[in-house]
Amino acid sequence: MSPIIKVRDVRTVFKGKVVHNGLNLSINEGEIYGLLGPSGCGKTTLLREMVLLQKFHSGHIEVLSHSLKEIRHKNAQILRQNWGVLFQAGALFSSLSLAENIALPLKEYTDLSDKMIDEIVEFKINIVGLQSRDAHLYPSEISGGMKKKAALARALAMDPKLLFLDEPTSGLDPISAREFDALILKLRSLLRLTIVMVSHDLQSIYDTLDRVAVIDNKKIAYEGTLSQVTSSESEFIQTFFGKNNE
Amino acid sequence: MNHSLIITSSGSKLSLKFSGEFTLYTISKYQNQIDTINFNDTQSVVLDFTELSYLDTASAIFINSLERKFLDKNIGFDIQCFSNDILDTIKLVKKETLTASKIPPLTKRTPLDMVGEMSYANYLGFLSFMAFIGELFATKIYYLKSLNNIRYKEIAFELNESMVKAFLIISITSFLIGVVVAYQSAYQLKIYGANIFIVDMLGISILRELAPLITAIVIAGRSGSAFTAQIGAMKITEELDAMRTMGFDPYVFLVMPRIIALMIAMPLLIFVADIMAIIGGMVIANIDLGITPELFLERFNSVIDVKHFFIGILKGPFFAFLIATIGIYRGLMVKNDTQSIGVNTTKSVVEAIFAVIVCDAIFSILFTNMGI
Repeated sequence: MSPIIKVRDVRTVFKGKVVHNGLNLSINEGEIYGLLGPSGCGKTTLLREMVLLQKFHSGHIEVLSHSLKEIRHKNAQILRQNWGVLFQAGALFSSLSLAENIALPLKEYTDLSDKMIDEIVEFKINIVGLQSRDAHLYPSEISGGMKKKAALARALAMDPKLLFLDEPTSGLDPISAREFDALILKLRSLLRLTIVMVSHDLQSIYDTLDRVAVIDNKKIAYEGTLSQVTSSESEFIQTFFGKNNE
Repeated sequence: MNHSLIITSSGSKLSLKFSGEFTLYTISKYQNQIDTINFNDTQSVVLDFTELSYLDTASAIFINSLERKFLDKNIGFDIQCFSNDILDTIKLVKKETLTASKIPPLTKRTPLDMVGEMSYANYLGFLSFMAFIGELFATKIYYLKSLNNIRYKEIAFELNESMVKAFLIISITSFLIGVVVAYQSAYQLKIYGANIFIVDMLGISILRELAPLITAIVIAGRSGSAFTAQIGAMKITEELDAMRTMGFDPYVFLVMPRIIALMIAMPLLIFVADIMAIIGGMVIANIDLGITPELFLERFNSVIDVKHFFIGILKGPFFAFLIATIGIYRGLMVKNDTQSIGVNTTKSVVEAIFAVIVCDAIFSILFTNMGI
C-alpha cells in the first residue's frame, strides 16, 4: 500500500510556543489512522494543518501527492473536493437544512440536475443512518449525535477518498459512540475510504483504528499498530494504554 | 451542630479541647479564641481531638498552621485523638502542603508594560485589518473576472435582509427627524417672519446631511451588528472552517455578498429617508407656519438644487462600504469564546458610526471646497 499522506519534519510554533518539533508520519491508503496524545499536544493542530486550515513553519506535508507547503489555489481547490472533514461539533451550516447542507457541495461543484442531487442526498442520508424524514430539519432542531451523522453525510457528499474526523465520538453517549464506530467501519469497507481521526475514546480506538501515531512532547512517540503500542516508553502511552490492558 | 473549643491552662501547660464538628464555618471563631491566648508562658500544648466527631480539610490546614506556629515558638505539642479518619485527614494535609508547589504570584505589570502590550495589540489589529482589506480586493478581482463568479442568490438574500426589511424603520425615523427639525426651526423663523425659508433650510440640511447620516446610523446598528454576530457565531461553531475545507471561500460566500448588497441598499434607503423627512417637514410647515404643501413644493422646486440630492445619495455606497467591512471584519475577529461576540458587536457598531461620521466630515469639507 502506498502512503496517501506523508508528514516530514513538521515544526509548528504558536505565539512563541513550540507545538510540533520534527513530526514524521505516513498514512497508507485504505487504513483507519488515529492521531492520539495528551490534551494540548497538537493532534487537532496537525489535523488542521493537513486540511489547509493552518500553516506550519517548516517541514513538508503531502496529501494525495500534493505538497501543502506552497500549494497553488487551483490545486488546493482540487484537494478540497477530494477530502471530507468532520468537525468536532459537526459545523453544519446553521442557515441550511440537513438536505441543503449535504447538497451544497454538489450544487457548487457539479452540474447535476436537482432531481439527481436529491437522490444523492437521500442516499447519503440513509447510508449514515439518518431517517429521510429528518432531511428538512435545521441543525438547531436535531441532537448532537444526529448532527455528527449529518456532518458525516455532508463530508461524504462528493465521494471523497480521504476522510478527516476530529474526535468523532466526543460528546456522544456510549451507545451512540459504538454505533458511530460501527458506521465508520461500515463506510470504510463500502466506500474504500482512508480515514484519519483524532480521538480520545479508548473503546473507539481499539474498535476502529488500524494504525496510530501518538504525539507526545512535540514529537511522535509511537507510530504503528495498536498491538505493539505498549512497547513504547512514553509516559502518556503507559498510562493511557498500560492500565487498561491489565 | 454542637461544636466548641475549650481552652484550659495549668501553669505552663495549655490544653485545647475541640469537640463536635470542626469545619470551614467554625475556623474563624476558633481563630479568635486562640488569638486571645498569651503563649509567652506556655511550654507545651495538648490538642485534644478525643471528642471531635469530624474534621474537614480546611480545618486540618488550620491545625497544621497552628502546629507550625507552635514549632516556631518552641512550644511542644501533642495530639490526642482516637479517630483514624481525623488523623488521616491531618496526615493528608501535611503531606500535600509539604510537596505542593506554590502557586506563582501573578507578575505585576507596570503601566509601561500595559502601554506596550496595548500598542502591540493595536499594531496587530491594524495588520489584520490590512490583511482583511487585501483579501477583500483580491476577492473583488475574482468577482470581476467572470459574471458567473458573483453570488447573485446571496446578494438578493442580503438585499432583502438589510434593505427591504429596513424600509419601515428608516421611514419612521426620518419622518420624525423631519418633524423635529422643522418644528425647531419654525419657532425661530416665525420670530423674523421668514416662514418660507423653512423650505430652503429643510431641503438642504435633509438631502445633504441628515438623511444619509440617519440612514447610516440606523443601518450600522441594524445590519452592521447583525453581520458581526452572524459571522462571529459561524466562527465559533467552526462553520467558517468547514466552508474552507470544502473549498468555499468565506470571502466569496459571506463577505462580498454582504458588502455589495449593502452598497446597493444604502442609496435606495437614503432616497426613502429623503422623501419621508421632507414629508415630515412639510406637515409641520403646514400646521405651524401655514405653508401649504403646494406652496412648499413650488418653493422646493425653485430653490433646492438637484446637486444636494445627488450628494446625499452619493454618500450612500461609501457609508455602506464602511459599515459592512467593519461589521464583517469584527465578525471575523471573534475568538473562540462567547464574550468576544458581545465585545466585537459593540465595537463594530461604535467603529462603524465613528467611521461614517469621519467620512461625512471629509465629504463635507471636500464638497464645500469644490464649490458643490
